[in-house]
Amino acid sequence: MSANPLIIAGVEFSSRLFLGTGKFSSGEAMRLSLEASGTQLVTVALGRVRTGGESDDILSHLDTTRYRLLPNTSGTRTAKEAVLAAELAREALGTHWLKLEIHPDPKYLMPDPVETLLATELLVKRGFVVLPYVHADPVLCKRLEEAGAAAVMPLGAPIGSNLGLESRAFLEIIIAQSGVPVVVDAGLGAPSHAAAALEMGADAVLVNTAIAAADDPVLMARAFRLGVEAGLLARISGLTGMPLRHGAIPASATSPLTSFLGETG
Amino acid sequence: MMNFLDVWKRHDFAEVARRIASKTPADVDRALGRARGSLGMEDLAALLSPAASPFLEEMAQACHHATVERFGRTMRLFAPLYLSNACANVCTYCGFSAHNKIRRKTLSDAEILAEAAVLRSHGFDSVLLVTGETGRVGKDYLSNALRLLRPHFSGLWIEVQPLPEDEYAALGADGLSAVLVYQETYDADAYKRNHLSGAKADIEWRLGTPDRLGRAGIKKIGLGALFGLSDWRADAWFTGLHLRHVETVHWRTKTAISFPRLRPHEGGEIPVTPFSERDLIQAACAFRLLSPEAELSLSTRESEAFRNKAFKIGFTSMSAGSRTNPGGYASAPESLEQFEIDDARSPAEVAAFLRSQGYEPVWKDWDSTYDGFAGRRAVAAAS
Repeated sequence: MSANPLIIAGVEFSSRLFLGTGKFSSGEAMRLSLEASGTQLVTVALGRVRTGGESDDILSHLDTTRYRLLPNTSGTRTAKEAVLAAELAREALGTHWLKLEIHPDPKYLMPDPVETLLATELLVKRGFVVLPYVHADPVLCKRLEEAGAAAVMPLGAPIGSNLGLESRAFLEIIIAQSGVPVVVDAGLGAPSHAAAALEMGADAVLVNTAIAAADDPVLMARAFRLGVEAGLLARISGLTGMPLRHGAIPASATSPLTSFLGETG
Repeated sequence: MMNFLDVWKRHDFAEVARRIASKTPADVDRALGRARGSLGMEDLAALLSPAASPFLEEMAQACHHATVERFGRTMRLFAPLYLSNACANVCTYCGFSAHNKIRRKTLSDAEILAEAAVLRSHGFDSVLLVTGETGRVGKDYLSNALRLLRPHFSGLWIEVQPLPEDEYAALGADGLSAVLVYQETYDADAYKRNHLSGAKADIEWRLGTPDRLGRAGIKKIGLGALFGLSDWRADAWFTGLHLRHVETVHWRTKTAISFPRLRPHEGGEIPVTPFSERDLIQAACAFRLLSPEAELSLSTRESEAFRNKAFKIGFTSMSAGSRTNPGGYASAPESLEQFEIDDARSPAEVAAFLRSQGYEPVWKDWDSTYDGFAGRRAVAAAS
């Protein structure tokens, strides 16, 4: 068994760690953190980008020959707003890749599944490569896949919470049945969370707060890089699984089921 | 959407057989250590391998446990209803093969209803309609049969020639609830050797059938290989690959697996590769561990003695009291059959046996009124 390369919309990624670019204390801290993380794909909040063609703070620190940009519609509350934001981003950043994030609620920033599915359908028709950020909802992820999403980005825990893989049981189902890459997004607070996501079979993780808000974001970026690599290596080298054997045979004596069969064919 | 044909083409049958043969007890042990429902295709290869033989009792216990957890101690009972033995295919292993000099029969409306009446009187609520492959028993014939039978049964399944997607969709609207389409073998060479002429000789059309069913929105797809045509372990592995594909791509669709073994039939002997009862149990266990939710079906081709022990090892449905010739229930009990059955008990006897073992025989698990059809009760009240 070997790890197939991660391919999203025909683009191959050797790094399984995607980074958000918000919350860094300075452009320089962000630049060094991205470098230490080994990432190849970074999200950029549309709110941070100037759409008038002027030079831009955040973009001046991003080497776009090195990092593919993934504009993020964070801040939009409806499909209609997200589609408008996506068109502006395509113009401003020159990419048709998009992290679709629609949360009408400003407190918990919970993604709206109905608007997200609707927006995915509309944006795919307009030629966007859409990576929707959603709850760890297996049926929603299949619906998004059918609508043409290039990958799905289910959350591990509430965004910014650093809680880790609280949605594990649902992520496992999503990973088991997804026909597109699964990127666990939001809530990962420690490299061990990222490692666990990769061990579980996630194709990649997206991390922002845990790195950007660390005392030493550059060192933390490196730690996440190692966590992701460890998780992927563990998966392809063959995890032996849960401590309980598959059978979980009850301790009470179970009469043999196969004694009626001959020992050989 | 990914097609299974492309998936199949990426794997070489002989190479898969070699890979299975090379699995070690450590590979089997690792597969058995996986969390439920998280086995990969290499784990399936290990569980199907000769190295798994010493683990068979452990596999059976795990399989039984997983099945009871998902399905309870229940067994769905169904009966095949052979509508026609007319067939334009020449297949080495089948009693209906076009070159066989047998009397061909295609049931009329009255004959279909007579069969239905007998099956209903036995208690059946799910029937599997079976035909050979000719234009005469195509979509229009099946559509008519479904409309005739709809008021009498909740579960209407077919095992007939592969059809185009739009015809499946149309039959779905007529009340079709499941389609069984056995690949027979995933070994292209063995497939060619055994399907000499007729539409069935096109392996790719057959391989693509479950994808057409999934796209047409048919609720349940049954897969299987006819064990005995080629290396059973590799054929079972490819069936698992097909199952995984259907589960992933056609995720709204239920799945069922059958384990038909080559049986004696009218029309000559062909070389049969070994596939013992012990092998059948190993295959069933491997499938249950691969997929906790797939329905596994135990055929009346198997003996009464075997079925009485084997049913607890992962199986969730059984045919009973089967006749495999058109008109076999009502009018022609002695005429030629597609294959011989080996469990001659009546449905009532099978049900009584299951109850004696602490299992509930389930005759009905759906109602056609939920699909927008007038149910049996409504029809009875109106008549």
